[in-house]
Amino acid sequence: MTHLLQVEDLCVSFRTDRGIVRAVDGVSLHVAAGEPLAVVGESGSGKSVTALSILRLLGDAGRIDSGRVLFEGEDLGLLNDAGIRAVRGNRIAMIFQEPMSSLNPVLTIGMQVAEPIRIHRRVSWKDALDQAGALLERVSIPDARSRLNDYPHRFSGGMRQRVMIAMALACQPKLIIADEPTTALDVTVQAQILDLLRALTRELQSALILITHDLGVVARYADRVAVMYAGRIVETAPAVELFAQPLHPYTRGLLESAPQLNRKSHARLSTIGGQPPNLAHLPRGCAFSPRCPFVGEPCLPAPPPLEWVSATHARACVNYA
Amino acid sequence: MPAPVSTMPEDAPATASPGEVLLNVENLKVHFPVMSGVLRPRRIATIQAVDGVSFDLRRGETLSIVGESGCGKSTTALAVLRLQALTSGRIVFDGEDIAGHGGRRLRTVRRRMQMVFQDPYGSLNPRMTLHEIIGEPLLVHGFARDRAQYNARIAELIDLVGLLPDMATRYPHEFSGGQRQRIGIARALALEPDLLICDEPVSALDVSIQSQILNLFLDLQERLGLTYLFISHNLSVVRHISDRVAVMYLGRIVEFAPADELFANPKHPYTQALMAAAPVADPGVEVARPSAVMIGEVPSPRNPPSGCRFHPRCPHAFAPCSTIDPAFDLVGPTSRVACHLYTTPTPSHDLVEAVKNA
Repeated sequence: MTHLLQVEDLCVSFRTDRGIVRAVDGVSLHVAAGEPLAVVGESGSGKSVTALSILRLLGDAGRIDSGRVLFEGEDLGLLNDAGIRAVRGNRIAMIFQEPMSSLNPVLTIGMQVAEPIRIHRRVSWKDALDQAGALLERVSIPDARSRLNDYPHRFSGGMRQRVMIAMALACQPKLIIADEPTTALDVTVQAQILDLLRALTRELQSALILITHDLGVVARYADRVAVMYAGRIVETAPAVELFAQPLHPYTRGLLESAPQLNRKSHARLSTIGGQPPNLAHLPRGCAFSPRCPFVGEPCLPAPPPLEWVSATHARACVNYA
Repeated sequence: MPAPVSTMPEDAPATASPGEVLLNVENLKVHFPVMSGVLRPRRIATIQAVDGVSFDLRRGETLSIVGESGCGKSTTALAVLRLQALTSGRIVFDGEDIAGHGGRRLRTVRRRMQMVFQDPYGSLNPRMTLHEIIGEPLLVHGFARDRAQYNARIAELIDLVGLLPDMATRYPHEFSGGQRQRIGIARALALEPDLLICDEPVSALDVSIQSQILNLFLDLQERLGLTYLFISHNLSVVRHISDRVAVMYLGRIVEFAPADELFANPKHPYTQALMAAAPVADPGVEVARPSAVMIGEVPSPRNPPSGCRFHPRCPHAFAPCSTIDPAFDLVGPTSRVACHLYTTPTPSHDLVEAVKNA
């Protein structure tokens, strides 16, 4: 079975003051058409870099060292600049975390939403603006058409994120990558935005990669989950299975350490000890081993590979039942 | 080393009985003028950031103020510390109204109420070592008799928050986010305060570090008998750490209740909407839960709605809500709610039941 998106053994590194840092280290994942996948991890886990690598948006400091990104069977790494530009915003769209800084403050909302339509669909500005008005209506911006000529500063954070979603949907992409789309927003606005994103991706039958650190968001909006730690996927499974039966000590630690809204917690939370990994000085073997309660001899020679324990559930751990 | 002032730790009222009111805030208002005009600026509007907030905080308890951005929770915290000028209201700290205090008297009180900030990166001076950061409040308040006592107190604080002695000479950039928040806590504890005001102290931290810091707060409270005023937008965190919770919306407290009671039986429609919006990390729960998304966004505090400030977004709004400001009344023995559904005799009993079951 071919997937809509297939990432194979992706390795990405960055040049920093302290030398080369491997931010993504052998990540493989796939998304089927119309499927919502969550990539969850803490800061520095490589989840955003993985997303940026798919669209080759790493900038000057970042480099894809190895691995392939296949989208509808096509290797995006082999495309020239014009080729990848024809994919961005067209067949794959991205929604960024910061709705405040992702919009151009000196262009009207209408121009910005119409721009991808004009570029990818080669229609007149008038038609593109007309479609932009329709898109703003679909993301439930009140009085949408009259706001086409407004500038971003007239919009609240939630409304700006709606504009970002309208831009992402403009060319009816097959895949939408949303990188922490609601982290900067209040919880009631977050629910509005994610509900909207879910409804529209279902309607368009677009696949969704939702990058988040919030396990609650994962539980509500994703069918399948990949958990990342220190640049590697440590566990992937259907969401229901992952929450019911985590097979990696890190996943288990995350689930147990987060305070829960729906249950009375004990006096003390269980914690994951130690500090988050420093990518410049990763420990030998499994990167989680210094914080892992189940650490043992087999963990140390090399980082454990991601192994499938069932058709849908894989984990990268050699020492935990 | 400066000479010690009279308030040495031995004087701290450790004898006080638990449950006694440490802080009482009455009808606190913080209004910001909106000015226009260059040569002759005049007030064209007023933002009512905090508009009539009252609560009491008992010694040894944790009170959380929860709400969305712009609801006034942080402004309330700053006003209590007198870091923000208040428009009116009383702030009674340990029996003394400090709303009008200034200069030396204010500084004496401030020693006993300290703040932990949200951003562990921005709230530490990058040019000072851990030792200097924790030691600074001791110097400012003349809290150590001599060099030996000064060093001993710093070492004690470093140990107290779970850092290691050999870290004392490091600079902030050498610490991780969680460690920096420990430094911020150690600095706040240096003067042995009674009250710790924590403004979103864990929201900048990763999940695995958040639980470490929350446990540290609980440990410190147990060991030192601290009182916490905890500001947060994260309901799960609030549920875990709080004894009582105040829910704020547009400058007002709309519901005030013991944490267990609030989370088991939220009364105000806004509290209910907040809880419905917060996702639960359990797909089984999420599948069973209907998505109840609240309509609209928080209106501008420059132009708050008439009557109940929540009425334009409230699914249960009825006749009096748009005209009459609901009183903040007791509902049951321990909860207060500002909502006509509970306090106006006219709505039918069925309606209240319907809200409860919603």
